[in-house]
Amino acid sequence: MKSLSEIETTAKRASKAAGYSWGVSEETGKCIRFLELFSLPGIKHLNEYFNEKNKIEFENLNLINQNNSSSNKPYCPITLGVSFLDQINVLENLKKIEFKNVAYPIIFISFLSRSSEIIGKKIYVKIDEKKIFLNLNVNIISNFIDQVYPKIANTIEVNILENKDNFTDDEWNNLYKLSEETFVEESESLKKGAAGAGLTDND
Amino acid sequence: MKVELRDPNKIMKLSRLGSFHQSKLSFLRSFLNEFKEWEYKKDLFNLNKNGFGEAVYSFKKNKRVYSLVCFANEIKDEERSDRVIATKWDAAFTLHDGVPTKKDIERLKNEVPKQEVGRLSYKELTLSRANKSVRIYNHVVESLSKGQQPDLNLLSKVGYLYRTTAVYGSGKFGLADRFRIKNREEINGPFRLEMMLVYLVRQFTFDQVNHVAYHKNPKIAVKLDDNICKNLGIGNSTGLGMAPFIVNHPTLLNNWILSREKALKKIREIKNVESQDSYLFINCVKKSLRNITSWNTDSEYQQKKISSLLKDVENFLNFIKKEFNFEIEYPFNKIYQWLEDNTCEECIEYIVSIMMEPYNNIVNPLVREMSSDEEEFFNIPAHRKVEELRNIIEVKYPNILDINFEKKENNKNFWFISKNKEEPRLADRFEEHGSELEQPLAIARDIKKLYHKLLVSKNSLTIAEFLISNSELRHVVRRAFIVEKFPYSEIQDNTIGKDLMPIDMLRLKLSFFGALKFDPRSDKWLRICMFQGAPLPNELKNYDEQWVYKTNI
Repeated sequence: MKSLSEIETTAKRASKAAGYSWGVSEETGKCIRFLELFSLPGIKHLNEYFNEKNKIEFENLNLINQNNSSSNKPYCPITLGVSFLDQINVLENLKKIEFKNVAYPIIFISFLSRSSEIIGKKIYVKIDEKKIFLNLNVNIISNFIDQVYPKIANTIEVNILENKDNFTDDEWNNLYKLSEETFVEESESLKKGAAGAGLTDND
Repeated sequence: MKVELRDPNKIMKLSRLGSFHQSKLSFLRSFLNEFKEWEYKKDLFNLNKNGFGEAVYSFKKNKRVYSLVCFANEIKDEERSDRVIATKWDAAFTLHDGVPTKKDIERLKNEVPKQEVGRLSYKELTLSRANKSVRIYNHVVESLSKGQQPDLNLLSKVGYLYRTTAVYGSGKFGLADRFRIKNREEINGPFRLEMMLVYLVRQFTFDQVNHVAYHKNPKIAVKLDDNICKNLGIGNSTGLGMAPFIVNHPTLLNNWILSREKALKKIREIKNVESQDSYLFINCVKKSLRNITSWNTDSEYQQKKISSLLKDVENFLNFIKKEFNFEIEYPFNKIYQWLEDNTCEECIEYIVSIMMEPYNNIVNPLVREMSSDEEEFFNIPAHRKVEELRNIIEVKYPNILDINFEKKENNKNFWFISKNKEEPRLADRFEEHGSELEQPLAIARDIKKLYHKLLVSKNSLTIAEFLISNSELRHVVRRAFIVEKFPYSEIQDNTIGKDLMPIDMLRLKLSFFGALKFDPRSDKWLRICMFQGAPLPNELKNYDEQWVYKTNI
């Protein structure tokens, strides 16, 4: 089994050899490491992408808008990913961003996952019909775990979610009430000796 | 009195970093301190009469066990090489997480002796190999088998029976990634498991030499005297492989140096020094003279450094004896100022290291600050502005900006990874091919390039916008934002100039390991000794903390 350190180093060096700058290659190495850590096919897709990159051209998207549509060439997932990562503080305000025609979307996903950590918000992604939750780069949840990941995504929809509870107030209140059964009622004498008691707060 | 931390622009120069010495902060000393309460055991010693076979040694505490698995092999003299391109070694080792099963040992027997071309698993933590110092080893076997102890003069010229030629960890060749074990309390300090491996290898070399001598002449043979064992260490040959590490791990480098600087600052701020502390300090300096006089090297470069070190330390002792009174306020601050005014860099750093000896209360908490979670600082804050980045560079890299990289002499070398051995190498860009595949280790040059680009960019541009058209500078943009928070994270010098001494970079790292007696064999590799004078495993529960200054051979 390859260690994550070997995976990161090899992915970084291969990216440099494929024509990216050292700085971008460092980002790629890190992202592939995360994909493999989350049991996603990072090495497989990076390898396939670099093989194809030798044969066909991909489009570099540097400045991301709300709706991004490539010409007839698919977007390079690495350049797109690095751009997203760098521009996340602006993109956060758009809430929903769409990309048409992206190569090897799983590679792009790893950059989105890191972006989720940077802004401290979950990101919900739809790659055509497939759904993925990115949880602050702590984990990645998808509904197509055993399926083949696509080489091309026709449409990727990125939704930046506001931080909010994942449950109803009723569910919370019921659980909270139950938790209160671990508390003990304090006697009057104990209350008098508690922190702050007996002092003026206007001193 | 408040003493400022020393200026990174002075301390992070290569000549200063290449003058660092071991101290209480060094990893092999903090390893011994951490593991002194652990149970040490020789679990298996299955060698034939010539000393070839397997052995297992372990450290255990509660349910945690670390086991060194050793394989001693027969090799021909002509196959023995300290170079990283070697493929056979006298012995190969791995540190296994837990107790190895028979199946594990069989698996490791096939892989460990192959080193870089073998495959380890997540159950192994470190990997190494070592060669005999044949002259010394044979002499010791010969002497012991005749019932005599070896010639101490001969031993003192080398200081060890074996020298390692590489120690690998952190995910190399399939070894466990650091993240799998990083939360273990006992290894909350850099390179602790590498230190454990080397320490246990040292014991293996004594056991092996005793075993071979015994089988040579069972009736007369004696064991190597414990006191002699104690004064032998483990050698190490180190080449350029170590140099990029300190460039590629900026926050870790910062935490090592910052701990040293914080220790010095706190010691200089002590108003009244207790007499037992000043005595311990002076005693260590005096005893350490033997480490200098027994420091053998053929390197003229190092001989000069040793000679000025010896002269300066003697002057210092003279100053302390005749002119200095420890009863004054802030005596260590006065001492430091005197050192700066009167001695060479090598001596300043030597005495700074010894100043830490009386102060466990200052040093021990700092040992825990010497690791780094590097992932945390990897992301570039791309929302920040060009103006901010330019200011950071002006403040943090003032001397670097003065270097003229248009001059050939300042741009002479390039770092690359050798195809043959996947190891870092340095070459002359004007004479050798391959500079187009240069590794990103010319930080000073690239920082200067970045600065020039920033000068002609709009102040209000965000870093994200700047990077769209300057992707080739992304690696140094990341570094500049790191150095903003971590002042000692960057070597403030040119790592590709004609005057570069790469061994300065190696020496920096090795001093933090705790190495002694740096012996440069060229400007690109050196030999060192580790654990010379250190307590033996069965003495760990109660040992003299200043052992490093009390070697007897």
